[in-house]
Amino acid sequence: MSIASQLPVLPIIMPIMAAPVTLLLPKGRAPHLWACLFTWLTFAACIALFREVDMSGPISYHLGDWAPPIGIEYRIDLANALVLLLVSGIAALVMPFAYRSVQLEVDERQTPLFYGAMLICMTGLLGVTITGDAFNVFVFLEISSLSTYALIAMGARRDRRALTAAFNYLVMGTIGATFFVIGLGLLYQATGTLNMADLSKQLIGQDNRMVQAGFAFILVGMGLKLAMFPMHLWLPNAYTYAPSAVTAFIAATATKVAVYVIIRFFFSVFNFDFAFIGAAFTYVLLPLGLLGMFGASFVALFQEDVKRMLAYSSVAQIGYMLLGLSFATVEGLTASLVHIFNHALMKGALFMAVACVVLRAGSHSIHAFAGLSKRMPVTTWAFIISGLSLIGVPLTVGFISKWYLLNAAFAAGHWYAGFLIVASSLIALAYVGRVAEVMLLREPAEEGKYAMAKEEAPLSMLIPMWILVLANIYFGVRTDLTGDIATRAAEALMMAAGGAP
Amino acid sequence: MDHLILKVTSKLLFAPIILFALYVQFHGDYGPGGGFQAGVIFAVAFILHAFCFGLDETKKALPQKALTVAMVIGFLLYSGTGLVTMLRGANLFGYDALFPASTHHAGQHYGILVVELGVGVTVASTMLTIFYHFTGREPDIDQEDW
Amino acid sequence: MDWFDFILARYNYWIFILLMMIGLYIVFARGNLVKKIVGLNIFQTSVFIYYISIGKIFGGTAPIYMGDELDAASHHEPESGHGADAGAHGGETAHAAAEGAQSKIDNSALDHGDDLKETLHSKIDNNALDHGNDLKEALKSAPVSDEGASLHDLPDAGEKIANTLSHTDKTPPAPAPGIEFSPDGLHGAAGDAAHSAAEAAHGAMEAIVYTNPLPHVLILTAIVVGVATTAVGLALAVRIREAYGTIEEDELEAADDIAEFGHQAGVRAQQAAGSAA
Repeated sequence: MSIASQLPVLPIIMPIMAAPVTLLLPKGRAPHLWACLFTWLTFAACIALFREVDMSGPISYHLGDWAPPIGIEYRIDLANALVLLLVSGIAALVMPFAYRSVQLEVDERQTPLFYGAMLICMTGLLGVTITGDAFNVFVFLEISSLSTYALIAMGARRDRRALTAAFNYLVMGTIGATFFVIGLGLLYQATGTLNMADLSKQLIGQDNRMVQAGFAFILVGMGLKLAMFPMHLWLPNAYTYAPSAVTAFIAATATKVAVYVIIRFFFSVFNFDFAFIGAAFTYVLLPLGLLGMFGASFVALFQEDVKRMLAYSSVAQIGYMLLGLSFATVEGLTASLVHIFNHALMKGALFMAVACVVLRAGSHSIHAFAGLSKRMPVTTWAFIISGLSLIGVPLTVGFISKWYLLNAAFAAGHWYAGFLIVASSLIALAYVGRVAEVMLLREPAEEGKYAMAKEEAPLSMLIPMWILVLANIYFGVRTDLTGDIATRAAEALMMAAGGAP
Repeated sequence: MDHLILKVTSKLLFAPIILFALYVQFHGDYGPGGGFQAGVIFAVAFILHAFCFGLDETKKALPQKALTVAMVIGFLLYSGTGLVTMLRGANLFGYDALFPASTHHAGQHYGILVVELGVGVTVASTMLTIFYHFTGREPDIDQEDW
Repeated sequence: MDWFDFILARYNYWIFILLMMIGLYIVFARGNLVKKIVGLNIFQTSVFIYYISIGKIFGGTAPIYMGDELDAASHHEPESGHGADAGAHGGETAHAAAEGAQSKIDNSALDHGDDLKETLHSKIDNNALDHGNDLKEALKSAPVSDEGASLHDLPDAGEKIANTLSHTDKTPPAPAPGIEFSPDGLHGAAGDAAHSAAEAAHGAMEAIVYTNPLPHVLILTAIVVGVATTAVGLALAVRIREAYGTIEEDELEAADDIAEFGHQAGVRAQQAAGSAA
């Protein structure tokens, strides 16, 4: 057996086999170390996979040696290799980070289950990304969603609202997934196949109502999963009340993977000779993206809870991603892919900083952040640097995202969108600035609910957080790395879509 | 709980239900059936037992600890089959690699058999775990309040 | 009464839409969390019914492998793989139909469409020719043929596909009187075409029609997902009940509001309105 030929399946089979074993391990440190080991192995496999794809082009792996379109195919090209790298990388950082945070926030009896669910969640997200089979997307999506519901509900130890948040997410997520399945059913009826590459071939010239209905169902279903602006209501509560480590992980990965699915379906499965899809881009995705950017940013301004503020900001950032892909150009798609990657870096770091504050102050209300620079300077600066990245200050990844997005907007002739992007960045400046002001200038509470000792977060949390923060700067300076890969991925996607530039 | 007819009937039914579960399990690769269905039928036998004799009696026969282990083992049986095929040089679940010399794809047959067994064990133990947790949960609120 | 037929012939879709709407309505309109889960279940079940109904082929039997007697039957008829060639004598339509009849075992029988005749043809174009034909070529030629190799990277994978196809070829013996493609699909001209095609293909192709098994498999997976979702949802409902003492949504919201703001949302507005009055 050569490892190389089996590489595409390793990121799936390793964590999913490791997950149930956490139940049998002795309580205490063991489940955590076990989960760390396997996320790192998975990350290593994803790096190897990425290098392979980068050097020698797309890989196709046939499960059970059944050739597509009959068998299930794992198909990795640059676009999903990038997302794989991102998901496994974030997981590899969050997993060691989680230990102290989980100790505080999750019931001790549940910790083995917690790490098992984290591994399953990661497997699901990786599976959605890696697979080339449309129905397989649904299965993996539900694997990741079901474990996410459970993970969010584990926040109930600190705040019982985690339960209702998880329940609402479950209802919304299930409706979304079921819509997605209806869409797949319609496409299957139209073509008789479920393999994405084959679907795309069979759909050429089939611009009938059934395919259009399928498209609409898939858009709405995934829209629910990725918290597209008017369907985002589950997200703020879910992110706010989940255990901090879970929020850091799912905020950085879950919605990104859903955006990836949208990209994959719109560009690799449906073709651009559908007038209908062009209209959906211009009249649905573009306005919803813009509305999300503003509406959600605006709501974020008024949040008393930092975690909830960041959650609304996530909805706004998803608006940027949708905006990018709604231009249906190589530049726009590049901007979307770059922003998927960059937003994961900044939101991961921000939510990790909040987790550190929760560990010491016991709350994520903005009052707990008062005078934080005097008590936890290292965490404060991590928050501020990644906050600057969120705003889009030069030398951070946020700037790169906005730059690509602006370029794409002007190139596509949507100059007004360009101005709106800048305007919504100003709102981001306002809400991040508000927290920064509280952290730097206010006096810390000496007594009362939010009083805390001068104590920095433990190293096991600071190191992963600062790796992400430094990544924010590194990829903000070395723009060629992400930009180049995203451009090549976008070009390949557009070529597959056969669309006009 | 102390209903004689129910107890006697369920005792009578218990073994045939298990037998039927096994039939569905091992018939599953050629006919209708398979691990999912067999697992559920298997779990039903124990659920019936719990209805007629009480959950505590069933837990004595099949404790939660054993179910947890069974869940894990069932899953590992499934994925382990895939691992073996990988180690033998085929892709994941390329069952032909189990018996490469066979001309009539014996590997496919045995591979599916083992995988279905894994599915059956996992489904049965998961179903029972769900049942145990829902019925065995200590209600700290009066039944009247529901 | 064309429109009446139009509506009646698509009864499976009406059932699906009705159930789906009932389910969604329950999810949105009911405040009780357990009822919401029930609504979600009805909604999911409607999708299962939809999937199963599109896989149904009239006259098709359950997709269960019949065993050795069918193997024997196919040995009597070694040429069965070439049914389509013989069918070609019956004219172009017959050829197409024979191919369609075989390939629909792999591919769904499509019963959609406004124009049924066109559906028939386009389906044959899309599916039969692309899948069925390619694979049949692979079957006819030696296991490691050019087509086989081009379809599959691994040399023996081609043989495997051919093998599956020979399964599908040999499983359907027995008469095929009036092959019907879909539950509601073919009447009028298209139906006639299919009928005559079936007649022509009858002698050459001794195939029983199987209901398309793929949707069943997909739905088996979806059912498992549905069961898991229900279990998680009900477990959450139990936990919510323990934490809040209620599972009515408005009471939950009121409890959260009181915990957060010290009063119930909307109450203050009402009081303000009251004092203004």
